[in-house]
Order: sequence, then structure tokens, then C-alpha cells
Amino acid sequence: MGPLEDRDQEQRQRLHWRHNLRLTSVLLSIWFLVTFVVAYFARELSFSFFGWPFSFWVAAQGALVVYLAIVAFYARSMDRLDAKYGVAEDD
Amino acid sequence: MAAVNPPPGSAKASAKQQTSAAFKEDLNKVYGWYTGGFLSFVLVLALAEQMGLSRDAIGIVFLLATVALYAGIGIISRTSDATEYYVAGRRVPAIYNGMATGADWMSAASFLGLAGTLYLTGYGGLAFIMGWTGGYCLVALFLAPYLRKFGQYTIPDFLGARYEGNLARGVGVVIAILCSFVYVVAQIYGVGLITTRLSGLAFEIGIFVGLGGILVCSFLGGMRAVTWTQVAQYIVLIVAYMIPVVWLSVKQTGVPIPQLVYGAQLEKVSAIELALIVDPKEQEVIAIFRQQADELTARLADVPAALAAERAATHGRLASLRAANAPLAEVQAAERALATMPRDQASARAIWAAALATTEARARPLAGMPPHAQAYAGDPQGDAEARKAFVDSRRNFLALVFCLMVGTAALPHILMRYYTTPSVKQARQSVTWSLLFIVLLYFTAPALAVLVKYEVFSVLVGTSFDQLPAWVGAWSKVDPGLLSVTDINNDGILQLGEMRIGSDIIVLATPEIAGLPYVISGMVAAGGLAAALSTADGLLLTIANALSHDLYYKMIDPNAPTARRVMISKMLLLVAALAAAYVASLKVADILFLVSAAFSLAAAGLFPALVLGFFWKRATKWGAVLGMVAGLSVTLYYMATTQPWMRGLFGVTGPVADYTWFEILPISAGVFGVPVGFVVIIVVSLLTPAPRQGVQELVEQLRYPQLKPPA
Repeated sequence: MGPLEDRDQEQRQRLHWRHNLRLTSVLLSIWFLVTFVVAYFARELSFSFFGWPFSFWVAAQGALVVYLAIVAFYARSMDRLDAKYGVAEDD
Repeated sequence: MAAVNPPPGSAKASAKQQTSAAFKEDLNKVYGWYTGGFLSFVLVLALAEQMGLSRDAIGIVFLLATVALYAGIGIISRTSDATEYYVAGRRVPAIYNGMATGADWMSAASFLGLAGTLYLTGYGGLAFIMGWTGGYCLVALFLAPYLRKFGQYTIPDFLGARYEGNLARGVGVVIAILCSFVYVVAQIYGVGLITTRLSGLAFEIGIFVGLGGILVCSFLGGMRAVTWTQVAQYIVLIVAYMIPVVWLSVKQTGVPIPQLVYGAQLEKVSAIELALIVDPKEQEVIAIFRQQADELTARLADVPAALAAERAATHGRLASLRAANAPLAEVQAAERALATMPRDQASARAIWAAALATTEARARPLAGMPPHAQAYAGDPQGDAEARKAFVDSRRNFLALVFCLMVGTAALPHILMRYYTTPSVKQARQSVTWSLLFIVLLYFTAPALAVLVKYEVFSVLVGTSFDQLPAWVGAWSKVDPGLLSVTDINNDGILQLGEMRIGSDIIVLATPEIAGLPYVISGMVAAGGLAAALSTADGLLLTIANALSHDLYYKMIDPNAPTARRVMISKMLLLVAALAAAYVASLKVADILFLVSAAFSLAAAGLFPALVLGFFWKRATKWGAVLGMVAGLSVTLYYMATTQPWMRGLFGVTGPVADYTWFEILPISAGVFGVPVGFVVIIVVSLLTPAPRQGVQELVEQLRYPQLKPPA
């Protein structure tokens, strides 16, 4: 292994990790927003949404859909990120 | 280092891919047949019911058939191989691991208690819905892929490797066992409750019958057997939960998708609530309760005098009844009243204080339930008291959501499941599947609560007592704690305030409310049993593995042969199960508190050390050890000083208000422990020398699914 390739791999790893951290913090902010910010303003956000008060609907269904989207999106993006930076598993 | 998989050759990789695809296809076939078989079993029983099979017989058939089924899967999957025993051979496909996690996750509390809690508390109960699903975001983003890459057997394994040695591992073992044991006691309690209901056996015997089912599985086949039974249990529990709700929804709205249409029912419920609050008959009932509460308050102000007066009055009544030659029944009733009078001042005070609390709770509009759709108590625009009630209620809601979420991402029996997938990629996908299967039930529970509430408001309230549906009488006979109706104001009509309803009944009674045959009730109980058994299985395995793998193999005898380790794990499983069953049979504490305590303890004890272990190379051994201890201690201290049962246990006296911080309830004690844990780990780590090179390299390895050696 030459020193150049070595540094190349190190750099790929660093970029992969940096992208991973960025993705993680964006998704975490969405998680925080839909959970705690909406719940904090639950009284103010109680306009009718297909029959439910909006904040009630978010806590009972909306947030859950967003959580699913966060988890699924993360799994897909990380697969791509692994392939892009050459750290994906073989199988 | 076992953490890093050797890079397989490409031929080997494609062969592995083929076998795992074939394995998944086999699984699809097996579980397809299984689901069909389960549905036909229910149909056959339904026919048998039409032909006159008794209710008790249906209950027993359901109990025995399902427990035998799980035991059968356990026997087929028996193993003594360490990788099979501890992590199911690491070949569980993402979707099946998702189902198994779903069953592992959804406990008796989710299945039976959740809809009831939502019925009783409205928006406030949604903290559980959000908390128990949103936690999976933390699992996915912070833990699952890295743990899978680490690829060992238990959670303390990671702590030991990352934080250099047995001290961190040992603290991890203690916390893992503490929270799993607390949680498993609650599950076994649920198992006992359901077997009793299904079969009419005594509670203690019910516990041990259910325990037999748990043990056959995990005892013979460890994680492998538990995984495949949990998949089977998930199918039973989700079918059992859905059918009655769909039916009830068709009955009320004509649409078979309750999750989509219950908004309309919620609007109707809110409209009826407004009418009930101003209803004069309801106010009459409340006034009667108010008066009773005032009497109790007066008695509590001077217990000795009140006790003497009451004793004299009862004696007097008995004497005058005897003198008047009253009917024997009346005399006996008066004698009974005398015999059950509080014996001394202390017990009188306790009994009256408890009575005062229940009476005051009932002396409020809507039988003490908040308006279903209203977020938080109090009023932000009201007077000082209403504003304070609003702020406190909102703060506690947010704190509870936080504790449940972080606790979800730290409970070892859930995290352990992500060791069982074939790859990091599948571990990530498997979180999505887990959450999907869990969300199916959590989408439905709030709908069920609203539909049942509408049924109660529109069918029961305002009906005369002699025309109430049959299920009301049947359930209040089973257990008045679950449901009781009394004509408080003697008008012959049921008011909402005259009805007491326990949270567990909502799910159990739904089939009857929806007008379905008894066989569906049996199926629902079997579903509750599946939920409790599967969770108990996963928890017991966690406890046994922490003891046998971490304590015995890693800390006491590192040369122990594999067969002996698995043997010891099986023995310890038995011991842990019996101990948990024994504690459950004592019916010690408030079960809901036990469950939520497990979440707070896991959150404060494990979450900071796990997350910083992956994300911060600088975190050191002493930082982690002290952080875990500090987080756990703060949480335990807060519970011990503010929770009534714990206060009794630790002999804490003095007003609770002196001990509460920011008006947070003990159920959310983890909200203090988690930040303390993080701060202590960070500060101590910065004060101690950085971990050695090898550990930092390990952390680096864990961050990438596979590092190929440069060509």
C-alpha cells in the first residue's frame, strides 16, 4: 500500500463521516421540530385538520409518519453514501 | 478483532447472498402458512362457538394452543451454538428482525394499557404514542448501525471494549439487569392477569403457566428460538388488535379504516363533552361526590374524634336494628360494617385519605377525564393558578416524551436485536421495518380510544340502568376495578360521573362493544398474551446473557468453553424467570410505574455512554463509568424522593413538594439523569488522559460498514 492511496482512503473516510454527521443533524432537527416544537405550541396549533385538532393529529399520526420517513431516508442515504465513498459491505 | 468481518472473496459473497435469499423465501412460505393456519383456527373455533362450545372452553383452547405453538417453535429452534444462541446466527433478514423487534417492543402495557390510557387522558396519553415510536429515530441515527458493525453479543460487550475493561462492563451489566428486571416483572404480571382471565386459574398459577411458555422458548433456543417465536407472536397480536377496531369502525362510521375516519368521531366526542359539562344531572352527581369529599376532609382533620363518632354511630345503628327486630340481612350488613371499620387511627387515616383522593377525582366534570382533544390542563390566558397548571402540564408532557424516547434507544433487549441482522445495511433497514410494524399498532390505539369513548357517550350515558348492554354487567362482575356503575343520584339513568372504568378494559371489551362473538374476545386475550410473552422472552434473555456472557465468561472465567457458557446462560435464565415471577406474584408496586421507571433508568444509565462511545473518540473510561453511575443515581434519587411507593420503600418523609424539581413527576425522572450523564462523561473525560490508540481505532472502525484494505 502506497502512502498516497492510504491518504486517499483516510480522506474518503473523513468525508463519509462528515456527510454522515451532517445528515444525522438535519434529521435530528426535523425529529426535534415535529416532536417538541409542535407539542410545545399544541394549544396554539389546535385548528381543525380533517376533524382532528392539528396538534392532536400530529401527536397521534403525523409525527409517526415523519419518524418513519426519517428512519427510511437515513437508511437509503447511508447506503448511497457508503457506495460513494467505497465503504459499503460486499454482500 | 472480532468486530471486523474479514473481507469475503466475491465468489463466497455471492454464495452467501444466494443462501440468504433462499432462507428468506423459506421464511416467507413458513409464516404465510402460519398466518393462514391461525386464521383458520379462529374460524374453526368460531364455528364451534356457534355449535355451543362454552366460553371457558374457548378461553382454555386459546391459551393452550398459542402457548403450545410458541413452545413448538422453541423446540424446533433449540440450539447450543453460541452465535445461534446469542444472536440467532446473525442471519435474520431485516423485515423479520423488524417483526421480532415489534413483538419484543410491544408489551402488555402497549397492547392492553395504551388504548385505555388514551381513553382516560386524551391528548396527554399521546406522549406514549410519540415517545414509544420517536425513540426509533434515535436508535436508527445513533446506535443500530454502529452496534451491528461492532458485532458482538451484548450491550455491556460494547461498553467493555470501548471503555477499556471490566469496570465499564460491570456497571453496564448492573444497569442492564436493573432495568430489564423491573420491566420483566411488569410483563409477567400481565401474563398472569391474562391467563387468569382466559382460563379462570388463580393469578399465581396463571403466572407460572405463562412462565412455562416463556421458558420453553428461550431456554432451549436462546435468541434463535426467541426471534422466530416473536415473529409468530407479532402476527397473532397485530391481527388480534386490528379486527375488533375495524369492526367497531364499520359499525360507527361504515368505513373499515378507523385510522382515517376517527377525526370525525373525535369532533362528535368533543361536542358531547361540552354538553355533558353543563348537564344538570351530571352536576348533581358531582355535587354528591363533592359533599362526600367534604365529609372525608372533615374526618381527616380530626381522626380520633371522627373514628370514635363513626364507631358509636355504627354501634347505635346495629343496636337499633336489633331492637326493632329488623330483617337478618340488614343486621348482618351493619355487623359487617362494624367488622370492616378501620382498627386504629393510622389505618383510618390511610383509608380515608385514599377514599378522599378517589372521591375528589370523581367530583370533577367528565368523571375526571380532561376534554379528549384538549392539549394540556389549565389555561394559558386564565388566572395565575390556571396558567401554572397549563405550564406544568405541558412541561411534564414534554419531559415524559423525552424520557420514553431516550429510554427506547437505551433498553438493552431492543438494542440487542440489531446484532442479529446479516449486515450493517440490513440493520439500518431493519429499524425502518421495526418502526413500521410498531406504528401499525400505535396508529390504531388512539383511534380505538376515541371510538370506544364515542360508544360510551352515545350509547351508555343517558340510558336507564336496566337497559344497559350485557357487556357492562358481565365485566363489572369479573372485576369491579375494571368497570363499575352505581346509580349515585338515584334517578335510574346512567350519568358519565356514575361510571368508573379501568384502563385495561378498553381493549379487552372492544369485541363485545362491537358486537362480535366471544371467540374474538378470546383472540384479543391471546394477542395480549403474545405481547407480554414476547417482551418477557427478550428481557429474560437480556438478563441471562448479561450474567452468563458478561459477568461469568468475560469477567470471571475467560477460558470457559462455549457449551458451558450456553449451559450457564440457560440456568440463569431459569433463575431470573423464577425470581421475576416471585416478585410479580407479590403484586408489589404500581405496574405502570415499574414500566416507566425502566425507561428512565435505561435512558439515564446507558444512553449517554453508548452515544458518546460512537461519536466522541475522546470519551474515556472514567468519564463513562462516572457518567453512568451519576445519571443512574440522580434518576433513582429523584424517584425515591418523589414516588409514593419508592418513598415508602426508602422511608422518605416530609412533603413531596420539598423534593420535586420544576414540578416534574417521578415518571419522568430520567429528564434529569440524562443530561447529568452527558455532562459528567464530558467533563471527566476532558480531565482524564485520552483513551489509548487501539480504542480510538476501534471507534474509527465502527463508523464505516466496511473498510477495505487498499488494493
